[in-house]
Amino acid sequence: MNFDFTKKQLAIKKMIKEFADKEVKPYAAEADQKEIFPAEQIKKLSKLGVMGMSVPRKYGGAELDNVSQTIIMEEISRACNATAVTMGAHASLTCHPIVNFGTEEQKQAFLPKLASGEYLGAFALTEPAAGSDAVNVQTTAVRDGDGYIINGNKIFITNGGKADLVCVVTTTDKAAKHKGLAIFIIEPKKTKGFGLGKKEDKLGLRGSNTQELVFQDMRVPKENLIGGVEGEGFKQAMSVFNSGRIGIGVQGVGIAQAAFEECLKYVNEREQFDRKLHKFQALQFMLADMAMKIDAARLLCFRAADVKDKGRKYVKEAAMAKLYGSDVAMEVTRQAIQIHGGYGYMKDYPLERFYRDAKITEIYEGTSEIQKLVIAAELLGRGF
Amino acid sequence: MDIIVCIKQVPDTTDVKIDPKTGMLIREGIPVIINPDDKAAIEAALQLKANGKITVLTMGPPQAEEALREALAMGCDEAILLCDAKFAGSDTWATANAIAAGIKKIGKYDLILCGRQAIDGDTAQVGPQLAEALNLPQITYVQKIESNGNKIKAERELEDGYEIVETKMPALLTVTKELNEPRYPALQGINDAYEKKEIKCWKAADINADENKIGLKASPTMVKKVFSPSAKGQGLILQGSIKEMAHDLIERLKEREIINKF
Amino acid sequence: MAKLKLSLNYPGRTLDLGLGISISQGEEVEAPDTIEVNNALAQGFLEEIKEEKKAKKGEIKEGNEVWIFAEQRNGKIARVVFELLSKGRELADKLNVRLAALLLCQKDCGSNELVAYGADKVYLAENEKLKNYKTDFYTKIITDLIKKEKPQIVIYGATHIGRDLAPRIAQRIATGLTADCTGLDIDQDGLLLQTRPAFGGNIMAQIKCKTMPQMSTARPGVFKLANKDEKRKGEIINVKPDISEKESLTSVLDVIKAAKKRVNLEEAKIIISGGRGLCNKDNFKMIEELANLVGAEVGASRAVVDAGWVGKDHQVGQTGKTVRPKLYIACGISGAIQHRAGMQNSEIIIAINKDPSAMIFSIADYGIVADVKHFIPALIEELKK
Repeated sequence: MNFDFTKKQLAIKKMIKEFADKEVKPYAAEADQKEIFPAEQIKKLSKLGVMGMSVPRKYGGAELDNVSQTIIMEEISRACNATAVTMGAHASLTCHPIVNFGTEEQKQAFLPKLASGEYLGAFALTEPAAGSDAVNVQTTAVRDGDGYIINGNKIFITNGGKADLVCVVTTTDKAAKHKGLAIFIIEPKKTKGFGLGKKEDKLGLRGSNTQELVFQDMRVPKENLIGGVEGEGFKQAMSVFNSGRIGIGVQGVGIAQAAFEECLKYVNEREQFDRKLHKFQALQFMLADMAMKIDAARLLCFRAADVKDKGRKYVKEAAMAKLYGSDVAMEVTRQAIQIHGGYGYMKDYPLERFYRDAKITEIYEGTSEIQKLVIAAELLGRGF
Repeated sequence: MDIIVCIKQVPDTTDVKIDPKTGMLIREGIPVIINPDDKAAIEAALQLKANGKITVLTMGPPQAEEALREALAMGCDEAILLCDAKFAGSDTWATANAIAAGIKKIGKYDLILCGRQAIDGDTAQVGPQLAEALNLPQITYVQKIESNGNKIKAERELEDGYEIVETKMPALLTVTKELNEPRYPALQGINDAYEKKEIKCWKAADINADENKIGLKASPTMVKKVFSPSAKGQGLILQGSIKEMAHDLIERLKEREIINKF
Repeated sequence: MAKLKLSLNYPGRTLDLGLGISISQGEEVEAPDTIEVNNALAQGFLEEIKEEKKAKKGEIKEGNEVWIFAEQRNGKIARVVFELLSKGRELADKLNVRLAALLLCQKDCGSNELVAYGADKVYLAENEKLKNYKTDFYTKIITDLIKKEKPQIVIYGATHIGRDLAPRIAQRIATGLTADCTGLDIDQDGLLLQTRPAFGGNIMAQIKCKTMPQMSTARPGVFKLANKDEKRKGEIINVKPDISEKESLTSVLDVIKAAKKRVNLEEAKIIISGGRGLCNKDNFKMIEELANLVGAEVGASRAVVDAGWVGKDHQVGQTGKTVRPKLYIACGISGAIQHRAGMQNSEIIIAINKDPSAMIFSIADYGIVADVKHFIPALIEELKK
């Protein structure tokens, strides 16, 4: 058992941490206040090859191992979550189905543009009637000659309003339930019938673009059906979420870490009752607790990434990582505001933003409740 | 243009702390980085090289390999680590001798770029001493570089402005971190640095270094004592009328050459 | 009564000597006979300055001189040279040898002045090729001179020229060089004891040199300016530079005097910050005027930014910027932790506040208890003189 990163992973961590501190973190507060999309940061991340971190080298990606990708997600999340989720939806959710299930033609057609950052990606599953009940997708794809006609709408799609490529989950056969789903690759700018709906005003991650997509008789060539075979969509989507869960878990760790670092600074500066805060045991206990939980959450995330790197089944590990990572994010950010007292409540200090950002990690890419069902299913030997 | 860049791995002194009990520097847990002036030298080389080759070189302990990998990841082509117990304890003169021997073994080059000074030693001496040891013209405090055929044109920072200096290559330039914004190593660069590019390790014998001119024993200067500077505490409260205090303050600041007026 | 100075071991900036007298680093004070003084002497915090016997003419040994490189730019001798002459005089007197200055220039631009400020001799090399500093010419002339006259100590100002020249010379003659010294003294073996900052100024190191000559570059603005004595007599020795036939390897195409570029707060060398003590937006303009006069950047406390007297990008503190300039002047700022956290690592801190118990004084190197609205105009007037 080796709990150390390799030299190369350490080099990646060093680079991305410096980048996050200098190029991402200083803009996070304003992005949140004014809902500014992190276009600059995404451009710079593209130059560094980060947007293609999960794409194989032969298609222009950096093909990093999962531990390295997790390192990158943690550092960016520590700096700014609008940027982290924009990056994550692209590198993790959008690239995954094409890399793992796409035909050779699809990989050659789309991966290089995604890897270079020329294309920003989005993954569209959620609908008004399909959240945790993913199978209940109502968006239909009907075969018509050389292509498919797609009708329906998607809500709450990260990068929805900014994406150059969207993977859309449809059903080609409602009666077949989970065996009737199919994922299509759509290039919005080239596709008639693709429309944008409402842009959401959110509690946190306010710089990230979350928008409704509307498909009206949208025609898509049959070559854009991922894998070329109907009915594979559910399996593909579940694979996407399993993989993405590690990233969300470590996003929670990153948020918690940012809050924790503020607390460490603060207790060394503020004085009450003639002494610095760090002299009070109550605060020492809080800090010890926070540090332990963040570390435990982090270890779960990297363990899941390691199991995935070794090619073994990692469903339970990924679910645990996301569940605990989001739990810790909630607890630590709440405690962090408390440590800062009145200052923690004020928008001048970043603590309230961390608190607002943390909540979504318990919800998207599979709610905490779903994670518990997934873990239980793995324990009890029942399929989920 | 074939360029050799000399770098040093240093502790990140911006965040260094003093142990309140011993008054000495706490060295454990301090992250190490490529010296900021040297990083600017690497970036300058990357911008100047055209179809040439960049060799990055450092004299240091085995962990300096990490700094060389970072330079390779930024885009340098080859890396050399001068690593030998015989080099240990060198002052700037001995260091310049060792590096000169290393460069002589590399052989051909058009330009040598060094950082102006390292943030730990703070001497700014190795660059010019290296230029002397290699019998090269030098330009120090470079804040802008332009190549001009077989000549190098540079802006050299002065106290009250700058001068434009030109020299034929081969030459040695020392650059300040104000020269440019060094690039971050991209992921593909990091992949290449750890998988494709090679770091050569040379010992004193490999570079025919004169043993009487390297290491602690050969160094003409030696450190006798190290101590912590006086801590910040209650300072001096100036006395007198407002006019007198204003005059006193300005005189003190002039003395310490913070305000430049003579 | 002996004269005293603070020893390098003393961890503070000033020491109270009793009777209302205090002593700072670098100062020499007539010692009063107080408990404070005797305690400090016993603890080794104070040192007596041993009176040097003024050497009689006949006692001075010839040769083995102490040399100061008299840097000149555009025919004007740099200020640091006159600081080094006073330190050089002290070293030469302790060693009973002569103090000489090296002046390389187009035409003699101050050898008399060098003598007046303490040099016994001036080695003067005149040539039109020496008008502007050139590494190769200056290195050649000085190394030839060093090989011929064999001084025991050579000191250069740690200026752009000094730090370009001295290492080149040191390498050529294979001797030791210590950079940016803030302390120079002679130890009991008659050798030069060089004290200098390292690790970004976080530690001080004491260096000795095993070879001759012992060379240092010394930081400007640290040593006291020498006293000028027009009646002093000295020897001017003309040196014929062996460069007449040579061409320098580098050519200077142009010299441009430039004002320092406008820089952001985190990189500023001097920051002048205004706080609530200025009372209103109009008064804040004084800070801007003062900053312009000395080439400083303007900083502000949060109160003043919130009041709209200046933009948020000037705010220093926990919710503003963290800065570490060479000089930070806090004007009318109380120094609560929210502000201190952003500037307490500045190299030199000056505080002006009319409340003597303001927190800012606890981290200031120099404090002025006065109404900032009256003090700043006085400072501005003093600077304009």
